[in-house]
Amino acid sequence: MSDIISTMFNKPFMEELLRPQDIYSHRAMRTLLTRIAHASIMRLNPASMDKLYDLMIMAFKYQVQLCPRPRDLLLVTLNHIDTIKSFVRHNPRLSNQIDEAQRQLIEMYKPLTDGEFHLIRQTLLIFLQDMHVRVSVFLREKLQNANGHFVLSTSGPVPQGSDVPGLIRLFNNQGKEVKRCEFPSGGTYTSPVREGSFDMAGDRVTRLGTNMYSESAENTQTSGSPKFKQNSQADTTPNPLAKEELNLLAKLMGGMEVQDSPSGNSAFRVNLFTTDQEEEEAGTASETHGMFSVINIQATKDHRANSELARIAGEFTDHEENSDAPSSKGDHLLSLMDDL
Amino acid sequence: MYHKEKSIQIKSSASALYNNLSVLRIAPRSLTYFAVVHANVVNMVSASWDGLNYSHRQLQSKEGSVATSSSLIMQAAWCVLPSRELLVLTSQRGIQMYESDGSIMVYWHALDSPETPTAQAVFTRGIAAVREKYICVGISSGSVLVFDVPSKGSNITLSEVLEEHKESITDMASECSGSLECIADLVSADDSGLLCVWKSGEDFQLLNKIPGFDMSCSSVKLWKGTVVAGYGTGQIRLYEAVTGILHAEINAHARWIYSLDIAPFTGLLLSAAEDSLVRVWHLTMTPETNNVEIEHLYNECVTDTQICGAKFCDGDGYAFAVTGYDLTEIIRYTQG
Repeated sequence: MSDIISTMFNKPFMEELLRPQDIYSHRAMRTLLTRIAHASIMRLNPASMDKLYDLMIMAFKYQVQLCPRPRDLLLVTLNHIDTIKSFVRHNPRLSNQIDEAQRQLIEMYKPLTDGEFHLIRQTLLIFLQDMHVRVSVFLREKLQNANGHFVLSTSGPVPQGSDVPGLIRLFNNQGKEVKRCEFPSGGTYTSPVREGSFDMAGDRVTRLGTNMYSESAENTQTSGSPKFKQNSQADTTPNPLAKEELNLLAKLMGGMEVQDSPSGNSAFRVNLFTTDQEEEEAGTASETHGMFSVINIQATKDHRANSELARIAGEFTDHEENSDAPSSKGDHLLSLMDDL
Repeated sequence: MYHKEKSIQIKSSASALYNNLSVLRIAPRSLTYFAVVHANVVNMVSASWDGLNYSHRQLQSKEGSVATSSSLIMQAAWCVLPSRELLVLTSQRGIQMYESDGSIMVYWHALDSPETPTAQAVFTRGIAAVREKYICVGISSGSVLVFDVPSKGSNITLSEVLEEHKESITDMASECSGSLECIADLVSADDSGLLCVWKSGEDFQLLNKIPGFDMSCSSVKLWKGTVVAGYGTGQIRLYEAVTGILHAEINAHARWIYSLDIAPFTGLLLSAAEDSLVRVWHLTMTPETNNVEIEHLYNECVTDTQICGAKFCDGDGYAFAVTGYDLTEIIRYTQG
């Protein structure tokens, strides 16, 4: 944990993050998050990493989509930071590092207008578009439907600054209210709750961004067959600047203490599937639809499932070949990070 | 009042952008065109009125000589002028104008983008066709570009730059009643909620500035001299354009309003927000007493959907269409 936090909040990395720049592609984001995860002694094979990525993305999407006001994005971030601080409260060096990062975030984002926050939120929603992986804890808590879309309630408190819908006020030319009528709002809304704190410490009020597992003890699984990304046009178009960004990021992260392939004893392997065998099978499927055009058909008991997997893997491979540069870009980037 | 019709499937889902649905009714061919933005692509569908034929086209954001671009399209809308109809796309790099079926690009205006990204986002947003020959487009800096459009051909020129807004333009609307008596031709709105009212001409004239309360106005319409503005707080306000007199204030939605539309022949108003609700209202004007009234008629809840576009499909408001974030369909409703 300390390794990961120390990597994420180190000064040059934070400076790079806070520089004005375009949003990353999914490929870049996944690479970055993989690198962060591997800054610790944790090791995840591609299949488990895929699952972890899907889980992180869906949890983040939930928080972004459910924010009642765009400004609440900052409160969610502060919730994240509050929790991270509590993980390392006995480590003064790390606590200071996080405090400094938090100061920078508040300084940068607190002065933004609602319109500017909303542009950030809209851009994030575009990045998160079309991701509908079902997450068991969300399904169980009835926060997500079976089709992967989140539940948007039409009841509860309205956001700060808004009024409960249902009132029409009419004014005359002198500005005097002359008529008032009500209309059915179609929901059951209540007045806003108190404003959360945007300071270094304080009650953030919103639950978004807090530990979503705090009430459930089970492992979370992402259900369904491996999610193959939709052919989003925004994703496949190569951004020439992105490679430069990623190279710089790679250099910055490479500067941190990194555990090379650890000996069997000191590493611990994270498996997000229920059994090792499942992880291995999923891993095989992942490899076949990676950057290679060879399709490996693994002999398994269920012949039908296997050929279905092979067919899907084949489709994905064709997709990779048709797009312009992402494959080669990904290759180069990953090898670059391996060199560090 | 309305019932749900068969939805139209689109090739990719709608992005969470203001006013993310444009509709063009082509009566002579019994067709209706729909346009929905997905990141850097516009999904266009042409639907025949008998419901039997649908054809799709995807328009990629093209910037100058670059064939495809990753820059996001902020808005796509048809501009109806007396002599022609153009499809206008506003993106992070500039403005593109196409023939109404999206087949040919007629004009491209590049925005002065900085070499390296700045903290202030740069983009274009807000589209309106004004009177006989103007197309106006807003910029993130607050400027409004006025383009002079000839009755045919691609000799479109930048006629004027209007500098009144200090915040990013969110939406713009021209007088849609068809009445020539109205003095105000155009209203522009920005992220601070400021509304500017203009009269068109060789030089556009600023008629009025209606201040916002630091609350973004995401969608605006102008009908019979009345500005209808939808805000991020979920409020709708009706102002008399030229004087700025507030006629009505409605606590309309529980979340950010994304789209407003008016059916000019009947005065029906459509509002849609992130709260999953579409509402239909009725505006009545009494010109003798300068009275404006609004009453609520109907609610439609699009379950678990952050609505990002809602438009009437005809001038009477007999039918309307809705788009939602992450939805790959255009949902339609018809009276009866």
